[in-house]
Parts: sequence; C-alpha cells; structure tokens
Amino acid sequence: MTVALSIKQLAKTYDNGFQALKGIDLEVQQGDFFALLGPNGAGKSTTIGVICSLVTKSAGEVSIFGHDIDDDFALAKKQLGIVPQEFNFSQFETVSSIVIHQAGYYGLKKGVARERTEKYLKKLGLWDKRDTQARMLSGGMKRRLMIARALIHEPRLLILDEPTAGVDIELRRSMWEFLKEINEQGTTIILTTHYLEEAESLCRNIAIIDQGRIVENTSIKALLKTLNRETFILDVRESLTAAPAIEDYQLTLTEEHCLEVEVEKGQSLNELFAALSAEDVHVISMRNKSNRLEELFVSLVNGEKDSADKGEEQ
Amino acid sequence: MNPKEQWIALCAIVGKEVHRFMRIWIQTLVPPVITMTLYFVIFGSLIGSRIGSMEGFSYMEFVVPGLIMMSVLTNSYSNVVSSFYSAKFQRNVEELLVSPTPNYIILLGYTLGGVARGLSVGFIVTLVSLFFTELQIHSLGVMIGIVLMTSILFSLMGFVNAVYANSFDDISIIPTFVLTPLTYLGGVFYSISLLPEFWQGVSQLNPVLYVVNAFRFGILGVSDINITFAFTGVGLFILVLFVYCLHLLKTGKRLRA
Repeated sequence: MTVALSIKQLAKTYDNGFQALKGIDLEVQQGDFFALLGPNGAGKSTTIGVICSLVTKSAGEVSIFGHDIDDDFALAKKQLGIVPQEFNFSQFETVSSIVIHQAGYYGLKKGVARERTEKYLKKLGLWDKRDTQARMLSGGMKRRLMIARALIHEPRLLILDEPTAGVDIELRRSMWEFLKEINEQGTTIILTTHYLEEAESLCRNIAIIDQGRIVENTSIKALLKTLNRETFILDVRESLTAAPAIEDYQLTLTEEHCLEVEVEKGQSLNELFAALSAEDVHVISMRNKSNRLEELFVSLVNGEKDSADKGEEQ
Repeated sequence: MNPKEQWIALCAIVGKEVHRFMRIWIQTLVPPVITMTLYFVIFGSLIGSRIGSMEGFSYMEFVVPGLIMMSVLTNSYSNVVSSFYSAKFQRNVEELLVSPTPNYIILLGYTLGGVARGLSVGFIVTLVSLFFTELQIHSLGVMIGIVLMTSILFSLMGFVNAVYANSFDDISIIPTFVLTPLTYLGGVFYSISLLPEFWQGVSQLNPVLYVVNAFRFGILGVSDINITFAFTGVGLFILVLFVYCLHLLKTGKRLRA
C-alpha cells in the first residue's frame, strides 16, 4: 500500500529552547482517515506546521506520497491541502477571489480554477456568499471557506487542524458527511480534534501525541479494545436515598433518580440489572458517562504524564 | 512547478496586488496625487515664480521630474511594505508559503505589485503636472529605464521592511525617518550645485539623488550626477536586494517558526 505521509525521527526545538517534538515517527497510509490527538501543547500543530513547511524542523524527514518536503518541495506541496486551526485568509477579499487566488498559486488555469471554485463553494454551501468579503462570514462559514480553499488543487492528502472547533452541531455533522465523502473518493485525511466523538466516528486509525512524543499509534478499534473499564449512568424509576450495595459492582448515587456504575471488562451488565431488579430498582435508561475514546485518551495522556513526573523526580 | 504554472502563480500574485490597491484607490491613488498637486501649486506656481530659473529651466519645469519620481518611489515602497506586512499580520501569507510557488515568484509578484502602483501614481501625477507646465522628453529610454528600476528598487526595500516588521509602527518608521528625509534632501526641490562643497559630497551618498537626477535627465537633459553611474548603482542595489530578499524567504525570517 502507498504511504501518504511518512515522518521519521521528526524533532523541533524552538528558538526559546522549548522542545515541541522529540523525534516522532508516523506513517499514514493512502486512503486512511487518520486522527492525530493530543492535549494542548502536545505537538500536534507543530507537526502539521512542519508538514506544510510553516515550521522549520530541527531534525528528521517528512515525505508526502514519497516526495521529500526538502528535496522535492513543489511535488510534495502539490499533494497536500491544509486547513489550519486559525483563520488565515485576507478578511477583505471576497470568498471566490480567495479560492481562485489559491488556485493560481498551484498553477491552475483560470478556467479550471473557476470551475472548481464553483464546485467546492456549492458543495460547502458558500456559493451564495461568493461575492461577500470574508470578514462578513460567520465562524462556520469561514471554516468551510478554508476547506474549499484547501481542496481547490484537489490534493491527495488533506490535513485539518481542528476543523470543527466552534462550529454548531448541525454544521459539524454536515462537515463530517462532506469529509467522509471526499475520503471515500480517495483523499487521505488527517484530522486533529478535541472532539473525541469526532475522531471515533470518522477515523480508522489514530495516533496520540503527548509532550512531543507519540504515545499510541494504532487503529481506533484496537485502541477501544484495550479499554478495561467503562462508567455508565443509569436512570432509575425509583427515588433513592442511597446507592444499592451490589457485590462486584461499585455504584454511586449521583442524584435521586440517577446511579453511576463502573463496569470492568468481562463483567456482565445482565447480572447488574438482575441484581438491581432484586433490590426493586428499575433501570429506565442507560448511557456512557463519557466517550469511550475520551476515557482512553485521558488514561494514556495521564499515564505519560505520571511517568514523566516520576522520571523528573528521579 | 513547470514554467507555465509559475507564470500562472506570478499572474495570480500580481493580479491580487493590483486588485488590492485598485479596490482601495481612495487610500492608495488619490492621496499622493493630491499631495503632489499641492506641491505643484505651492512650490511650482506660488513660490517657484519668485525663485527664477534653475539649471536653465523654470522652477516648475525643474521640480516636476523630481516630484514624479518622489511619488513613484514612495508608492512602490509603501505598496509592498503595507501589503506584505498585512499578509503577515492576517497570516494569509501562509496561503503562499504552503503552496508550491517558488520563493523568487513570490518576491517577483510582490515587487511587480509595487511597481504597478508606483507607475500608476507616477502616471497620474505626470498627467496632473501637464496642467502646470509642458513636459519635454530628452531621452525616453533613460526616463522609462530609471523609473522602472527605481520602482523595483524601492519595492524590494519595502519587502525587506515588511519581513522585519513586527507591528504596524515598524512599517511607518522607515518611510518617516529614513525615506522622507532622503527624498527631500535628494535633489527633488533643488540642484546640489547650490550647496556648499561639503554638503554636495554628503548628498552624493543619498541614493534618491541618483534616481531623481537620472529621471530629470530623461526629461530635461540636465543632471547633477553621472547617468551611467546612476544606472549601474541602482542596478547593483537591485541585484543585492533581490538576493537578500530571496535569502529572507528561504530562511523564513519572521515568516516561519
């Protein structure tokens, strides 16, 4: 299988001495929908910055579809579309001129540029705003504009740095559908996000980066299998004054009609329900306390932090 | 990128730059024309009529080439410095930096944008000057050559200023404290032959003196300096600055983290 993105021993130390990346290795296969997760300041944006050459790396190699970003920068850049975290277009230009100018920077002829501008602005619901100055757009529209701009040269690899930050739920869902569609059409997508639900529902593979190191790199399915414990919230019919004591299950009463229970991997929910029924407690609905990936993410990042702290203590 | 793609990228940058200064023409084209018209009225007509002739020409005839050149160089400079710094400030310079457009095309694009504005303002000021005096052309080649080279040189200077600037204050410091004094002391309003010998020598260190006098030579056929030396000097400065700007882009000075 073709490798869309290859990163080898990538390191970055900023002028102030901060070591943002400490030699990371990463491979993303062609056609993948890949999530790059990490807490704030973990090194996600630095990694993306190096890939799109806005950040100068201190060491390591990066290649996009086999083209090294140093030796073969024009070909590497042609394969890459980037949607940054912050708005980075001229606020005084119109929507269509922003996209058409970007097409020009990739050497696309005017006819092709106009055709594609219409195509992507229509797909992203911005065609009616084509003659509007960018500063007049809502936050969600600005995000979609950056996606249209990144797609104008039809890149094989699209990197989105928190594309749905600050976007309402309805719009977020429609953006997910759009991203799924272009991924199905063959575009490899790398996504950074703070919405772990987004990563879980869209992405097939995941890397978690923390303190400049990759702490996990696997498929989402494999990662979720490693989850040993889940916390459920149970809504019960009866008014309770204390949590029922049930052997092997840790129950906590959070509200009058609400229980919280931690279930270990392999434990049966049927047994729990049966025990609750025996106590004359009837469960009327149940949900996860948090997103499953979120629990894993927190445990991985905290685990990394704990070991780093121990290292410092030594 | 192949040459055709590079050409398209260049046209995109230049087109964007021209569109930018045309969109805000009331800020970019009108003020210099008003300023120059006031110069024509005050220095040319009102005061100039009392000064008498200079280098064998009426003061109005003498001052017009200098004022045209002054408008060309200040506008070339200010177009690039404000446009490129704004692109840095709004971060839309990243649109170019992430694209496959080579650095020399980026530099050429912004420079030609500056040249376009400098020449546009210069052309309008020339038209306005015709209301005040008749323009003769001594050497069209010298006139066109020096005006082009000057606008290129000052566009490149504006680019360097924009790269180093960290705030909007920084993009007005050089024009206010360096460019304006050099321009006013660069033989726009007087011939350096009027100065004591010492100050004539000092004036010859001022690059504006060379471009103003070369342009005046193209129109009137008189100059305080050697024209060949002026062309060579400006050409060398352009070469050095172009290479330096490419170096700034390659190293990503204040553009890449």
